[in-house]
Amino acid sequence: MKLIFGRPAGLTDVKQRYCPGCGHGIVHRLVAELLVELNIRERAVGIAPVGCSVFADEYFNCDMIQPPHGRGPAVATGIKRARPDCILFSYQGDGDLAAIGTAETVHAAARNENITLIFINNAIYGMTGGQLAPTTLPGMRSTTSVQGRDIVKQGYPIKVCELLAGLDGPYYLVRCAVNTPKNIIRTKKALKTAFQNQINNKGFSLVEILSMCPTGWGMTPVQAKKWIGEVMSKYYPLGEFRNLAKEEK
Amino acid sequence: MTKEVIVAGFGGQGIVSSGIILAYAGMFEDRHVTFFPSYGAEMRGGTANCSVVISSSPVASPIVAEPDVLIIMNEPSLLRFEPRLKPNGLLLYNKTLIKSEPKRSDITIIPVPANAIAEELGQGRIANMVMLGVLAKKTGILQLATLKKAQRIRYKKASEEQLSLNDQALERGYSFL
Amino acid sequence: MAEKRLMYGNHALVEGIIYAGCRFFAGYPITPQNEVPEYMSIRMNEVGGVFLQTESEIAAINMLFGAGAAGVRATTSSSSPGISLMQEGISYIAGADIPVLVINIVRGGPGLGNIAPAQSDYYQATKGGGHGDYFTITLAPNSAQELFEFPKLAFELAEKYRNPALILADGLLGQMMEPVEFTFEPIDPGKLPEKDYALTGCRGRPRRVVRSYDLRPGKLEELNWKRYKKYQEIIKNEQRYETFNDKDAGLIIIAYGTCARVASAAMKMARDKNLKVGLLRPITLWPFPKDKVAQLSERIKDFLVVEMNCGQMIDDVRMATQFRSRIHFLGRPGGGVPTPPEVLKKIEEIMGGGR
Repeated sequence: MKLIFGRPAGLTDVKQRYCPGCGHGIVHRLVAELLVELNIRERAVGIAPVGCSVFADEYFNCDMIQPPHGRGPAVATGIKRARPDCILFSYQGDGDLAAIGTAETVHAAARNENITLIFINNAIYGMTGGQLAPTTLPGMRSTTSVQGRDIVKQGYPIKVCELLAGLDGPYYLVRCAVNTPKNIIRTKKALKTAFQNQINNKGFSLVEILSMCPTGWGMTPVQAKKWIGEVMSKYYPLGEFRNLAKEEK
Repeated sequence: MTKEVIVAGFGGQGIVSSGIILAYAGMFEDRHVTFFPSYGAEMRGGTANCSVVISSSPVASPIVAEPDVLIIMNEPSLLRFEPRLKPNGLLLYNKTLIKSEPKRSDITIIPVPANAIAEELGQGRIANMVMLGVLAKKTGILQLATLKKAQRIRYKKASEEQLSLNDQALERGYSFL
Repeated sequence: MAEKRLMYGNHALVEGIIYAGCRFFAGYPITPQNEVPEYMSIRMNEVGGVFLQTESEIAAINMLFGAGAAGVRATTSSSSPGISLMQEGISYIAGADIPVLVINIVRGGPGLGNIAPAQSDYYQATKGGGHGDYFTITLAPNSAQELFEFPKLAFELAEKYRNPALILADGLLGQMMEPVEFTFEPIDPGKLPEKDYALTGCRGRPRRVVRSYDLRPGKLEELNWKRYKKYQEIIKNEQRYETFNDKDAGLIIIAYGTCARVASAAMKMARDKNLKVGLLRPITLWPFPKDKVAQLSERIKDFLVVEMNCGQMIDDVRMATQFRSRIHFLGRPGGGVPTPPEVLKKIEEIMGGGR
């Protein structure tokens, strides 16, 4: 029998513990495929965040480190500066990257640090049980905003790509989604560009990915995909916010 | 033999440099030395002081509570440090800029018109060198030649003209007594 | 004998770090240690190393986590409030068994406190500091010479035991100038042995993971006991101290760092007055030289602990002596520095004049 679809060599054999319909598994696969396709698996050092994807250090089949909550970009900086030949990717959720780790994110971008940030935006704190995230939409319910996010009391969400686009530093900023096959293909292309930028010493790339959290959102997986298309991507528009490669041409 | 020295005056009078030159000179003469500048916020207040310990044995504390020798370059420093000088200690003070008289009778007091002498050489700001010359002569703890060598290390970016002027100021101080 | 150079303590420290083969420094400005990053930025540029002025102490310690995990010698320097910010990172680094070097030029606290010399971070440095069961090897230099020599020692201990190491000094030691002898040849970082945990990319070997967590039932407990054994090894092997005049002493002062310098002057003054005073200077604060203190307490009736705080190391002295001896205390918290006459006065109070 001919194998036509299998687990990419960029993933370990460990069974992933994500909920049904969760977007992490899709993004893990895309990253793992690229580690192989770009022949960087043996140069890669991945960073697992604190959050649902904390176990990413078991899932990616490359050197991995698990730092304190939000500090991925700082740890990536330390490794990259110490070992410039390594390819660094910091895989982070919205709480990790846009709340507790905002300073590390912004300053790594400002330094145009030659690293790749993979930012899973699912608008909720998944691991801790569905609390308000820095990216929870206005009016959206969470366990700490049961009436819906009240912008008077809880402020507005953070649009990370737009925020970082205000800096001169970053080389590549893009927002994608994994709610449809078409968007998944686009996401992979963006991730590929981000890794290639690092391989070519271009500097800081951030790929923000709108990702489903059916459990946290109280939806079925199908509803969750639909919600990204109809609601979430309206608030967080998809597309490139910075691509200096295009300006260089 | 241990000599504990405090140098005090305005910022800009070469107080810290004087201390460092003393420490270098002590080191060149194979003594144990420490230099400690006045600290932190105090430095921003316009006055400066530093402590230097020169000893034939390892220096215990770099902090000088009761110095053997005081080099005082301005009026406020005289008021502040005179009471701390050890009995039988040596007080050198800058007569040109200090109008008050020292009060103690249990110490050796040498008024030095340091700025006046320095001005004669054409440069008021080398009054500190004059004082170091006097110190070398009066105490014998350091050689004039070593002080000359030390100032050349401290001011290594200065012109030869300036360095020889410093030497002259050291000599004028040395021959003052 | 190597040539002596008159150097600021902070500059001697930087040279010591460079000579120890460290080529990675990350830090955030804070008084009274700014001469360290300033001079470091120049020296790292000269030797082709990495110098990063970070957005915070939090970023700095996490960059160290990364660099240390990548297998290189990495240092950060800060002062008390900044070290407090680093505690999370230090806990993770200890939990991942990664050697790094953290310098704390201690200042007056708590809070913003002041910028004067202090020893009030003793508890923080020697009792763990952050969350979890862990310790950091802590060295306390008391001269510019030791500021030069201790980074090398700290890295050697940190790597031997795979544990973060601290150097605890203060602004007085850093701002003081003393002759420094460069007692060893600079270490070529390229010739340091490869680390078997280093994250370098998994070419030709199984992948490696650096982490401080283990959620499998019972596993973290096992790991903590394993690390506990390591700490017992360190306690057994690495207690470092210096003693002076302890043979005939009736009273022994225990003091480290700046206070040991002051105490040593006071000891000389006391000896001049025929008071039989000795001095024990802990060089490692963790592990505390408890064996020596315990041994001394069998015959020494009075100990005088001198610290620039309200009394922190004194607890370790109490435990080491098992309350066999009388323990006296002279403390100057909040940036106060004791003077030799002040210590002498205390000695005279205890010993009651010439004895």
